[in-house]
Amino acid sequence: MPNYLTNGHGLASWLLTKDHKRIALLYLASITAFFFLGGMFAFLIRLELLTPAGDVMTSESYNKMFTMHGVVMVFFFLIPSIPAVLGNFFIPIMIGAKDLAFPRINLLSWYVYVLGGLFTLVAALGGGVDTGWTFYTPYSTAASNTHVITAGLGVFITGFSSILTGLNFIVTIHRMRAPGMTWFRLPLFVWSHYATSLIMILGTPVIAITVLLVAVERGLHLGIFDPALGGDPILFQHLFWFYSHPAVYIMILPAMGVISEVVQAFSRKNVFGYSFVAFSSLAIAIIGFLVWGHHIFVAGQSVYAGLIFSILSFLVAIPSAVKVFNWTATIYKGSVSFDAPMLYAFGFLGLFTIGGLTGLFLATVGLDVHVHDTYFIIAHFHYIMVGGAIMGYLAGLHYWWPKISGKMYPEGWARFAALIVFVGFNLTFFPQFVLGYLGMPRRYHVYPPEFQVLNVLSTAGATVLAVGYLLPMVYFTWSIFAGEKAPMNPWGVKGLEWEIPSPPPTENFVVSPIVTHRTHQYAPSKEVGIGG
Amino acid sequence: MFTNFPLFPHQASAQAAQVDNLYFFLLSVTAFFSLLIATLVVVFAIKYRRRHRDEVGVAIHGSLALEMLWTIIPFFIVMVMFVWGAKVFFDIYRPVAGSMEIYVVGKQWMWKVQHMDGQKEINELHVPVGRPVKLVMASEDVIHDFFIPAFRVKADVVPGRYNHLSFTATKAGTYHLFCAQYCGTRHSGMIGSVIAMEPADFQAWLSGGRATDSPLASGEKLFQDLACSTCHRSDTQGRGPMLANLFGKSVELQSGGTAVADEAYLRESIVNPQAKIVAGFQPLMPTFQGLVSEEQILQLIAYVRSLSAQGAAPAPAGTSAPTLPQQSDRPVKEKK
Repeated sequence: MPNYLTNGHGLASWLLTKDHKRIALLYLASITAFFFLGGMFAFLIRLELLTPAGDVMTSESYNKMFTMHGVVMVFFFLIPSIPAVLGNFFIPIMIGAKDLAFPRINLLSWYVYVLGGLFTLVAALGGGVDTGWTFYTPYSTAASNTHVITAGLGVFITGFSSILTGLNFIVTIHRMRAPGMTWFRLPLFVWSHYATSLIMILGTPVIAITVLLVAVERGLHLGIFDPALGGDPILFQHLFWFYSHPAVYIMILPAMGVISEVVQAFSRKNVFGYSFVAFSSLAIAIIGFLVWGHHIFVAGQSVYAGLIFSILSFLVAIPSAVKVFNWTATIYKGSVSFDAPMLYAFGFLGLFTIGGLTGLFLATVGLDVHVHDTYFIIAHFHYIMVGGAIMGYLAGLHYWWPKISGKMYPEGWARFAALIVFVGFNLTFFPQFVLGYLGMPRRYHVYPPEFQVLNVLSTAGATVLAVGYLLPMVYFTWSIFAGEKAPMNPWGVKGLEWEIPSPPPTENFVVSPIVTHRTHQYAPSKEVGIGG
Repeated sequence: MFTNFPLFPHQASAQAAQVDNLYFFLLSVTAFFSLLIATLVVVFAIKYRRRHRDEVGVAIHGSLALEMLWTIIPFFIVMVMFVWGAKVFFDIYRPVAGSMEIYVVGKQWMWKVQHMDGQKEINELHVPVGRPVKLVMASEDVIHDFFIPAFRVKADVVPGRYNHLSFTATKAGTYHLFCAQYCGTRHSGMIGSVIAMEPADFQAWLSGGRATDSPLASGEKLFQDLACSTCHRSDTQGRGPMLANLFGKSVELQSGGTAVADEAYLRESIVNPQAKIVAGFQPLMPTFQGLVSEEQILQLIAYVRSLSAQGAAPAPAGTSAPTLPQQSDRPVKEKK
């Protein structure tokens, strides 16, 4: 029987496929390309910051570098990464379905993504854009003379791909579950994607409208944000962060879903407090919509608005803390193996904890006044985005690689890469916390000489991190051609995806499965109290 | 090259110690929980490592008591952070009565500072130690941010509104001034120094150099040059409202409702006079947008303030602290 990879050959069989697994691979290829593009911008930024003077490139170029780094990494890598690749591939399988609810819309979403990406590439190649990925007005509408509209359209268009994916996931999870796959038997990976999808379809239209308004003001000089035309620049910040703060949860929630799976699988133990982990995803999605004002503490919003947003930002931290405690408790009395996916999950736990706790510094309004717009922020969100989201993505990619490719990756190399990523990451971003508290502002091309030592450490770390990211690229590619053939269930874990061949057949299940219990049930159950 | 290598910023304002104490509290919480999680993960992972190939974990479904515990404890900890942070925030943002006022205008890519005695500075700000200072800040173009790390304070400088920044320097020295909000090509060049001086030195600095007209005097001159005085007469016969004793008062509007005549109101009345028409007057005034710079608007405001009876003129740095009228920090928009 042919598997999904061998069922159909030639370019057309890929570009016109309606198979969610092939579409996931189309996404994998394109987001990988954008990841290395965004990474290249990051590397040039770090290279420039090796010395206090601006000696590698001009200020214009530097400003374009960090803008393109942000735009590419946020909109073209992080947001689609886990949902469009791992979610696309595994949500239907994990709920016992043959495909997503709307296979053609799924393919359309990839084309929309590529179209948005092309606009962004055109903007980059045509001379770049220098507004920062945040497109703050009135700079973006009245002052910048770079390709703001083209880049904005790229973001606008790719947003629709996100909406389509979210819509598809929600309908699929509602309508396509196999008999017996009740809501409270759903794998946590699916729960977290359900929460993510809600944010995608509710939040993305707002960024689309906002970017469109920027284009309208820039192109037609209609006063919306520019005070010289009668607009309000802070209105833009409210609209922008109304999406872009929840967007952070679009990036991290799917990673949390991966970690829930990986921690259970490599502890061979069901998650501690299933419903708390599941509902904390929904809580994050909902409260996450109410915290955007913490980006505007020092912009002149009223003190009382600041206090409301401060307290709400603290509240959104609680469900994340609950998840971390539950994952930790899951390892307790497990049967823990140290395969690469679990090493990435350990890395995630440590880095996400630090990233989350440093978020509290920013929610503390009196403290945010000092660290706002400094490298402290940069360090904090890279701990979440890179230490959290990318660690989760790599954990998931390693965990499911045998299923996706039908080949085993070299375990030794993978463990080594996980270690390199962890070390490189901390060396890159930890010094930035110190830099931030010292007062080094973000987006500085030239900086005072006393900040150099910490910047040198950070650049050294980035070099190590780059090696850590190139290694999986190399050995995954190698494994496709020369890797050992993967068995159906290489990790010895429970879950519908491990009950079908590696790689799966096009229709996933020859016979539709009937689900009788939650996944990751390894031993007879037992209740536990405190200390039990 | 690496001789000057600080790991912690100077502590040079009354606010700095407060912010740092809060910071150390949060650092301790972060260190405690990070170490707790890391230790538990490492200990559990090693203690319960897989010893043979088919070993599985014990099935434990959860514990309501534990879930409550690790929801409620973090909740109380973050509420402490919230209350403490709010207190520090209020202390930073509440302008102290009798603050010495200084006008700051940000533009791509420089800071222009004007003292009430007339001294003008570019990319430098001289302040006396021990005296509360309140910056009234405007932007000529895009959003900037006035950031003094050694004082632990910053505020965005937003076109179309006045934002304020209050601090009291406690230690003489020269400190970094950064623009912290990305503002275009030479953003990282929009830097300067804040020079905190002992009061006597500051007096010497004030009397040295070339003092220009004070903002008040410049504003009075502008008021004549722009012919404001033809309508805003000092008697009740003018076509525009009388400006004497206006500042800080509540104004009845034609559209019903009232507005407080603060800096933001005066600015709006100059650049967009039709936005709020005072009850009993015709919308006759033309806009002065583009005709006066942000600095000149500030000078006009200084003049209008000087017309108020109870000494509401911005305090010249050389005098002792006068009482200031009630002022609003609210942005232009909110009063529509």
